[in-house]
Amino acid sequence: MALKYEDVIAKYEPALGLEVHVELGTASKMFCGCNTVFGAAANTQTCPVCLGLPGALPVVNGKAIEYTIAIGLALNCSIAPFSRFARKNYFYPDMPKNFQTSQYDEPICTNGYLDITIDTDEGSKDFRIEIERVHMEEDTGKSLHMGGATGRIHGADYSLLDYNRAGIPLVEIVTKVVNGCGKYAPEVARAYVSELRDILRGLGVSDVKMEQGSLRCDANVSLRPIGSEKLGTRSETKNVNSLKSVERAIRSEMIRHAELLNSNQRVIQETRHFHEDTGLTTSGRSKEQAEDYRYFPEPDLVPIAPSKELIAKIAATLPEKPSVRRKKLQEAWQVPDKEMAAMINADVLDLVEATVKLGADPTRARSWWLGEIARIANEKAVAAAELAISAADVAEVITLIVKGELTDKLARQVVEALINGEGSVAKIIETRGIKVVSDDSSLMAAIERAIAAAPDVAEKVRGGNIPASGALIGAVMKESKGQADAAKVRDLLLKHLGQG
Amino acid sequence: MINKSAVEMAEALNKGEITSVELTKAHLKQISEVDGQVHAFLHVDTQGALEQASQVDAKRSAGEKLPALAGVPLALKDVLVQKGIPTTCGSKMLEGWRPPYDSTVVRKLKENGIVILGKTNMDEFAMGSSTENSAYGPSRNPWDLTRIPGGSGGGSSASLASFQAPLAIGTDTGGSIRQPAAVTGTVGVKPTYGGVSRYGLVAFSSSLDQAGPCARTVLDAAYLHEAIAGHDPLDSTSINAPVPAVVAAAKDGNIKGMKIGVIKELQGDGYQAGVLKLFNESLDILASLGAEIVEVSCKYFDYALAAYYLIAPSECSSNLARFDAMRYGIRNGQGSAEEVMNATRQIGFGREVKRRIILGTYALSSGYYDAYYGSAQKVRTLISRDFESAFKLADVLVSPTAPTTAFKIGEKSNDPIAMYLNDIATIPTNLAGIGGMSLPSGLAAEDGLPAGFQIMAPAMKDDLMYKVGAALEAELNTKWQGPILNSAPTIGAK
Repeated sequence: MALKYEDVIAKYEPALGLEVHVELGTASKMFCGCNTVFGAAANTQTCPVCLGLPGALPVVNGKAIEYTIAIGLALNCSIAPFSRFARKNYFYPDMPKNFQTSQYDEPICTNGYLDITIDTDEGSKDFRIEIERVHMEEDTGKSLHMGGATGRIHGADYSLLDYNRAGIPLVEIVTKVVNGCGKYAPEVARAYVSELRDILRGLGVSDVKMEQGSLRCDANVSLRPIGSEKLGTRSETKNVNSLKSVERAIRSEMIRHAELLNSNQRVIQETRHFHEDTGLTTSGRSKEQAEDYRYFPEPDLVPIAPSKELIAKIAATLPEKPSVRRKKLQEAWQVPDKEMAAMINADVLDLVEATVKLGADPTRARSWWLGEIARIANEKAVAAAELAISAADVAEVITLIVKGELTDKLARQVVEALINGEGSVAKIIETRGIKVVSDDSSLMAAIERAIAAAPDVAEKVRGGNIPASGALIGAVMKESKGQADAAKVRDLLLKHLGQG
Repeated sequence: MINKSAVEMAEALNKGEITSVELTKAHLKQISEVDGQVHAFLHVDTQGALEQASQVDAKRSAGEKLPALAGVPLALKDVLVQKGIPTTCGSKMLEGWRPPYDSTVVRKLKENGIVILGKTNMDEFAMGSSTENSAYGPSRNPWDLTRIPGGSGGGSSASLASFQAPLAIGTDTGGSIRQPAAVTGTVGVKPTYGGVSRYGLVAFSSSLDQAGPCARTVLDAAYLHEAIAGHDPLDSTSINAPVPAVVAAAKDGNIKGMKIGVIKELQGDGYQAGVLKLFNESLDILASLGAEIVEVSCKYFDYALAAYYLIAPSECSSNLARFDAMRYGIRNGQGSAEEVMNATRQIGFGREVKRRIILGTYALSSGYYDAYYGSAQKVRTLISRDFESAFKLADVLVSPTAPTTAFKIGEKSNDPIAMYLNDIATIPTNLAGIGGMSLPSGLAAEDGLPAGFQIMAPAMKDDLMYKVGAALEAELNTKWQGPILNSAPTIGAK
């Protein structure tokens, strides 16, 4: 019987440390000119440099440096006038050089912060997450371990290596120890990653897709008895592939730690792997003994010394902060806090904004994205943004509704068809023959036919039994295959039978 | 023709007295006749060389204007990659590997129409001073086949001294171009660090490695220097500045009024008497040509060797980590990836390479880093400052290139420190990143073997050493009534 979360937080204070890795969206890799397109055939985006062939040398991607400076500035960091790359030495088959070119004691950005707000039962609460450092490094290749039960290297029969990812620019954003969250620790972590993601997306430096690994979060969690100053032993949970998982993984780790501590067992310092299906973590690599990476300054690269002018230029082009933007949108749309939070949680704020920008009414835009579309996205277990429906599509549908050319019901069919990839709004309306029947004469003919088919019912209506008209309306609607405006049919029918 | 200088060969080609194919064939013939005894080459690319030569001939007969050295053959140290041609770095580890790309040096050689005869022997991954660390057996000194031709670039120097090639490329991390030049009676130049691209040079110690020209005359070296030097966007440490005008300097040779600084710390104990005598005779010649000889002191040079043997192994421990059997080279053993890596590195690397990997791994370990790698970097800074001060007193600095003439094969194999001491006079320039040249100073009285005279110039002032070198060479050749290699024993066909 698992411990209850309430019992955990009654006794322990959590401390968090979040390490977020972001794959930068540069067209080429960190140290060579290879493409960075996701999903290309294995080992097709490689060259002597990113394969670590003997003799090959790295050259820094200037765009990656600019992106990293932009991230640092957006996170209120100091930008180092002089920083260096360092080699992190360890052997692993998916690391072509058996060292990772990273930054060590001279990172490019340090000492920043990010303010976040979470929505709680006690109202909204603000937290400041302090950023220790932001540094650049290269990604490793990918190993696919075949034949084993766990998909991990241990127990595998053989492994396949894909170096397309090797050398993709990564930025690592590391927080200082996050204290004082209490029971909100999981929500705070989620909100931090979510806010960070919005900032990165706003900067246009990454596509920040957690499920594709372009944004990855390692969550360090430790517990200590409430009132104690000394931090407990931490675990580092990896494989956290969605915002929801950030929250779940931390909650699950807090419960696991508390169970160990309650039974006087030791928390082992190790990496843990989060499993989406069970919501639990399993043991990974021990970190009890600090690994010696033998860092030293990368002799193949010259130090990075961004000029003040470059930093000022980047600072001048930073977009509005997501928190400021959200406040503006909320005021402009006059949305209550809860609704705003719902849009953020469903990750549809950008989509709603884009839809409104195309002329749609904010309330209608919100209700489509949060309602029907979010429902389908949920069913398919994907993000709304990944569905084959764009803000332009939704804006077009809303315009047709306002013009009376689509009913809500017909519009839902159009939206479903869009998501199924049946083409543009106009094409769907045409091929599916969707049309609001508003021509009175053709409706009247259908009403006459309905009356002729059920004269007794018509007689009841004439006699004042209004509810009986439902059967006749239904018949007309059926004949029009649901395309007639039901309210209009009702009006015409009742008038025709002397009840209007 | 094979005994001529590269410049003379180029003239003969220009005048139509000989074709590149004929010239290349003459060298291939010499290789087939003598290399069984010298063992300068690890791979001879007969077909590729002849194809390249006939292309140059075709262009020449079509009236195309060609670069200065077009059609002249060259021997390439096996540490620079050439597309499709085996590159071993003298190691078992890379046996059978054919690189899929050209190093920048090779690209430039090809652009200059220089015919690449093949790849020359070297100490494994350029670690050594004798080529005895080559996994494919040592090269031999054409002056005495029982002696070493220097190292690590002993294959390149031996090929020049036995007329198998008029030009060669070497790389110099602590003296691997200059010391082989000194002990074989040839010319070798380590350009300023960053002067020649390292792209495609298999790294031993990235912050010290520098490719450069090897030749039999100063002017030949200058032409080759200009052919391979220049900024390369593929090497971040490559200097973005015009190549010093070394050919013009070598043709000039006027050193009147130049100040030449003799480094006090690079003579005396440990230097062979005959080597020092030749050095002093060279100084007298320079003085007679109007140069002013001054003495300078570089007191931190005493720590250069120690610093070098921390920095170079540290970098090599990381640079050589990529040889793990996963992507190229040999593969040994079974089981997990880690077991295969381990077993492959066990048999793939030789003793000296392992020694340095272990040394470097230790020096970079947490807890030792500051005491070893950190201190060595500080020494490196101090040595650079020594040079800066010395260059305030003198235009160029000079010393014997190596403390002794060529030693016997096997003589120092079991004494790494004695072996390391060979590079005591060449290492400081690598630590400071400046240029150094070695040219013959004569034959030592004790053993009749060649010794080298080293000239060092400030960063990117490589032209100064060519000027001084050319002046000295001209006087010495007059004194010897021809190039020193004329006195070398002829290696007959066997």
